[in-house]
Amino acid sequence: MASNGIRDRVAIVGMGCTSFGERWDKSTSDLLVDAATEATTSAGVDVKDIDAFWLGTLFSGQSGLTLSRPLKIDYKPVSRLENYCATGSEAFRNACYAVASGAYDIAMAIGVEKLKDSGFSGLPSTRSVGDGTAAAMTAPAMFSLLAPAYAKKYGVSDEQLKDVMTRIAWKNHKNGALNPRAQFRKEVPKDTIACSPLVAGPLGIFDCSGVSDGSAAAIIVRAEDAHRYTDRPLYVKALSFVAGPAAGPIDPDYDYTTFNEVVASAADAYAQAGIKDPRQELAMAEVHDCFTPTELVLMEDLGFAARGTGWKEVLAGTFDLEGELAVNPDGGLKSFGHPIGASGLRMLFECWLQLRGEAGKRQIASVARGRKLALTHNLGGAPGECVSFVSVVGSERS
Amino acid sequence: MRGLLAWGAYVPYARLDRKAIAAALGASAGSGTRAVASYDEDSTSLGVEAARSALRAARVTPEAIYFATADPAYLDKTNATTVHAALDLPAGAAAYDMLGSVRSAAGALRAALDARGPALAVLADVRTGLAGGADEREGGDAAAAFLFGEGEIAAEPLGHASQSSEFLDRWRVPGEAFSRQWEERFGEHVYVPLGETALAEALKQAGVTASAVDVLIVAGPHARSNKRVTAISGVKKEAIADDLAAGVGNTGAAHAGLMLAAALDTARAGQIIALVSLADGADATVWRTTDAIAARRPASTVAAQIASAGPVSYATFLTWRGFLRREPPRRPDPQPPEAPAAARAEGWKYAFTGSRCQACGTRHVPPQRVCVKCHAVDRMAPERLSDVRATIATFTVDRLAYSMSPPVVVAVVDFEGGGRFQCEMTDVDPKTVKIGDQVEMTFRRLYTANGIHNYFWKARPIRGGNG
Repeated sequence: MASNGIRDRVAIVGMGCTSFGERWDKSTSDLLVDAATEATTSAGVDVKDIDAFWLGTLFSGQSGLTLSRPLKIDYKPVSRLENYCATGSEAFRNACYAVASGAYDIAMAIGVEKLKDSGFSGLPSTRSVGDGTAAAMTAPAMFSLLAPAYAKKYGVSDEQLKDVMTRIAWKNHKNGALNPRAQFRKEVPKDTIACSPLVAGPLGIFDCSGVSDGSAAAIIVRAEDAHRYTDRPLYVKALSFVAGPAAGPIDPDYDYTTFNEVVASAADAYAQAGIKDPRQELAMAEVHDCFTPTELVLMEDLGFAARGTGWKEVLAGTFDLEGELAVNPDGGLKSFGHPIGASGLRMLFECWLQLRGEAGKRQIASVARGRKLALTHNLGGAPGECVSFVSVVGSERS
Repeated sequence: MRGLLAWGAYVPYARLDRKAIAAALGASAGSGTRAVASYDEDSTSLGVEAARSALRAARVTPEAIYFATADPAYLDKTNATTVHAALDLPAGAAAYDMLGSVRSAAGALRAALDARGPALAVLADVRTGLAGGADEREGGDAAAAFLFGEGEIAAEPLGHASQSSEFLDRWRVPGEAFSRQWEERFGEHVYVPLGETALAEALKQAGVTASAVDVLIVAGPHARSNKRVTAISGVKKEAIADDLAAGVGNTGAAHAGLMLAAALDTARAGQIIALVSLADGADATVWRTTDAIAARRPASTVAAQIASAGPVSYATFLTWRGFLRREPPRRPDPQPPEAPAAARAEGWKYAFTGSRCQACGTRHVPPQRVCVKCHAVDRMAPERLSDVRATIATFTVDRLAYSMSPPVVVAVVDFEGGGRFQCEMTDVDPKTVKIGDQVEMTFRRLYTANGIHNYFWKARPIRGGNG
């Protein structure tokens, strides 16, 4: 893949993240002002010091005016973009490239989503009905297609698979209980998770991420300028984004036990960052746990577990906060819900805290032992037809 | 010689036990079951299924379709064009509706028989009635289709007679969901002589006596008159056809056709079949089967479809017909399909036509312009998959999605000979679906939004009797 990357050319010098949840008290504009203000304060800059802005949102506004109006940005470039559930990551990626190109000295990536005001369960529909022939599946139904396919391929019984899914939800809620910004801040007993009402296939309510409102933001500068803003910047090691041919739903060769797009974006990101063994080199990973089977499959697609063994590693606690490789130490989408434009930057915010040693009760021990890299993974779409983003950030410039 | 080339019938999968009506309403409702169109079926989709069966048996392309029903899915828009599209007929084939009354069906049969070139009559009905009433319990939903033309015919028309008369037996003002009926004995008074006269005249034209009739079918919405005309016809007792009341019910505009199809399914060569339709008059036709009859027998007979059935509760039946309004999920309402997009996709949406890459042979469902395997551009040839079986690769039961009959079962299915599609399943028990199960495609009405019916195909478990 001719992906050259921009390893160590830009750095994150400030971040902000609102608390996520049913923010009946805050509008989209309020959430944007809160996240932007926390990010600029964190970097010690003012909004007027920022040269360009990338705003990610799927449903909560169109055009740069969605951000420039509440922030009162004076005649600067503001791009609004979306890329399904990877929208927040896409805002970050584009802001990084703008700074790396030399076009701007300082950029802001910000994501927001206000989902709860619609009053619906789950996500509103995004696509036009067109000729009316696409199966009207909800998001949990699309991702639940993974479960029977994975179980059949690897000889896992329905009961074992349910245990694996339950343990992923239990682990993420356990982590989220330690996070003051999470939507759900308490541990959930495994019995409660396993016996929750079914939503789609074997997925119960607790196998699904919540619906919430939130916003997160990052300030990006050239790596050589980073120390003018903070003594502990995060350097961008890799940014990979791929859109697949959406072949899964029409190609019988796809078996619904993997995301080919994730495999491709992970390989690209590891090459950019010079990572050989992610499980041994990363301090942590924030992955797109929209539904519990997604996190299971991602453990294999991201190279954290060999094919067909992810379920055993989950049960063994490999990805627990105290495990060999902490996955979703902040609680993940499970604890935060998924305000689409914000999620990718919320994941990055946990890397920011963990690699700087500021994660409090959630602080991962391996950072103190010298692990300096963190990964975020964000995907949008459905099994067989998705977009995937992988980033690697690090606390040291090589 | 012009005559019957092929026939096909469709009896939907669901059955309502009349005892379930009695249990719910606390009043006797008789015994047996009635056939029930599913929540995703209407007279048009029932008609498509019957017509597919007939055309599979004959492999002749009709030059005209006459679609008859007393319960049209649309007014002011032709329903026969939907049937035409689902059968993938050429634009040059005409498509006409004959709507609103049970007698429309006799007219469609007559028009198709008298037409030039191969012509298809499609008769379908969904019978509704007020809760606890005779129409509800004794009605049934079904369709039948008959292809007429020249060539190697399966049955030859020997005689035909019509009797018309203006009188009030059953009626319904447009917009109402239920019909009304005059006092039953008045109907009998009018119908019996009309039926008697029509049958006698048709037999006379045919040059056969009543005692020579091998099968007598008398069908119509007035059950008492049907029985009386049968009783005084003079045919042999063993010639009297089963009226299908016990298992299917009276299927209105489809019923004479359904009984005729059932008779043809089991007929031997050289038999005389007399068909009398009693509906606002009488129409009688006398047929003689030919040596070709056995070869034209459809893969799925009426008897096989009656045997392949699943129960539906009374509450679900009322919900499906729109008579019991249920709380919807907290999800956005379904959106109607867009007319231009549906028109552009006619071959795909209505005929389930995919494409095959002429460069590498990969089949695509839905049709693509760029090959998913070899990436060749615009090297596709259309390929219809409506009669191709498939195997479930994976599936889910979606309990959140909007449906008239939740939960929605969605399966990823791989077709024999290549191609994969992700679609809804129907006539299925969510508890029994598994990877590796075989399915077949069926034409359905997915939902209706803003008064627009969204027709498309679903997968269903292979139904018993389908060869």
